[in-house]
Amino acid sequence: MSHKNYISKVVSDAHAALDGLEDNMTVMFGGFGLCGIPENSIAAIRDKGTKGITCISNNAGVDDFGLGLLLKTRQIVKMIASYVGENDEFERQMLSGELEVDLVPQGTLAERCRAAGAGIPAFFTPAGYGTEVAKGKEVRIFNSKPHILEYAFDAPFAFIKAWKGDKAGNLIFKGTARNFNPMMAMAGKITVAEVEELVEVGELDPNGIHVPGIFVQRIFKGIGYEKRIEQRTVSAKAE
Amino acid sequence: MGLNKNQIAQRIAQELKDGWYVNLGIGIPTLVANHIPKGINIEFQSENGILGMGPFPVEGKEDADLINAGKQTITALPGASFFSSATSFAMIRGQHVQLTVLGAMEVSDVGDIANWKIPGKMVKGMGGAMDLVASADNIIVAMRHTNRRGESKLLSSCSLPLTGVACVKKIVTDLAVIKVTPNKGFVLLERAPGVSIEEIQEKTAGRLLVEGDIPEISLD
Repeated sequence: MSHKNYISKVVSDAHAALDGLEDNMTVMFGGFGLCGIPENSIAAIRDKGTKGITCISNNAGVDDFGLGLLLKTRQIVKMIASYVGENDEFERQMLSGELEVDLVPQGTLAERCRAAGAGIPAFFTPAGYGTEVAKGKEVRIFNSKPHILEYAFDAPFAFIKAWKGDKAGNLIFKGTARNFNPMMAMAGKITVAEVEELVEVGELDPNGIHVPGIFVQRIFKGIGYEKRIEQRTVSAKAE
Repeated sequence: MGLNKNQIAQRIAQELKDGWYVNLGIGIPTLVANHIPKGINIEFQSENGILGMGPFPVEGKEDADLINAGKQTITALPGASFFSSATSFAMIRGQHVQLTVLGAMEVSDVGDIANWKIPGKMVKGMGGAMDLVASADNIIVAMRHTNRRGESKLLSSCSLPLTGVACVKKIVTDLAVIKVTPNKGFVLLERAPGVSIEEIQEKTAGRLLVEGDIPEISLD
């Protein structure tokens, strides 16, 4: 009997990748600002109409793009993020109490994802000590410096975006589009990776893999990437 | 009177030492990169996942996959590297980054900093600021000495929600260079050209120690 020497993670498209996603789940979304966000998965979740989402993501998108699409349709009930500016609809829902918001220091957010995927249930960090972030949290002194206890996240689904991936789920990112994607890949019980280029197994150099396929349960080739730029800044042309 | 934004950045750049990795916050801190002294090699870190950050790209070369923590399009210099947010904050928490420069709304005379939240206003979030100030050995604050209402931003204790406690080491404002010490409070090191010690004392609400001759800031 013949067998492949890899485990295929390929699903046909973004809609097929959502199998098992139900209302009232906690879901991670990779990306920093609009850089490296899973554009296809977000659009598919909007179309599917999944409700009551608790969202773990560094940012909340802008009014008409990124997670802003799911805010507009009221599919998100709680946002766990480090920075949520640049979004009027977000502000309106937050001030009216429709949307619950939990602000987490960025490094703590990253480490809570990493810890979740690495089998570390909790950790101590100096970030936030002496601030309102530390309220109600255990404090311990290590090396004569106070630290606060933070817990790993628990996320049944993670949606991430990479540049290239192979059918076994091995991923490579481009530039600063890596950001939160690798840790969220590790953290998700079901991690859905969308990629710009989906290649055959063996085409990616194993030395250059950023996320090994073991952390990815589903992969598909995304289409129509908009890759919007939030702050277009340029230098004067060199003389 | 006093320093403008670029001059504040230029004065902070004088603090840079050869071989340092440096994280610059949004606003005046970003301008520090334009004033690196000759013969000093620095690599800039941006917490969204790059070391070796270069200037903004020339028009037409913007890349949506290459931004800084302020979401601005940037370039990567030869020798640059990209990494995840977890690795980025490992660099920061693990004190591999030698200097953090950031802005502030208030600093207390024991080095507490408030720069992320104003009660009653829309809260945007702390981003990476709490991780940066909790971990960095060397933190310099770049800010104006007073707020828009003319009130001192250098206080005996912060009135706004804190970002971190007892962490700021030095402050460069439009009026002065000030060291923050745990015991003596603010210590005046230098004054902006043409600015009197009396004016700095008047605009500093926290404890301010003035000892000996206070030289003018030199920007040559």
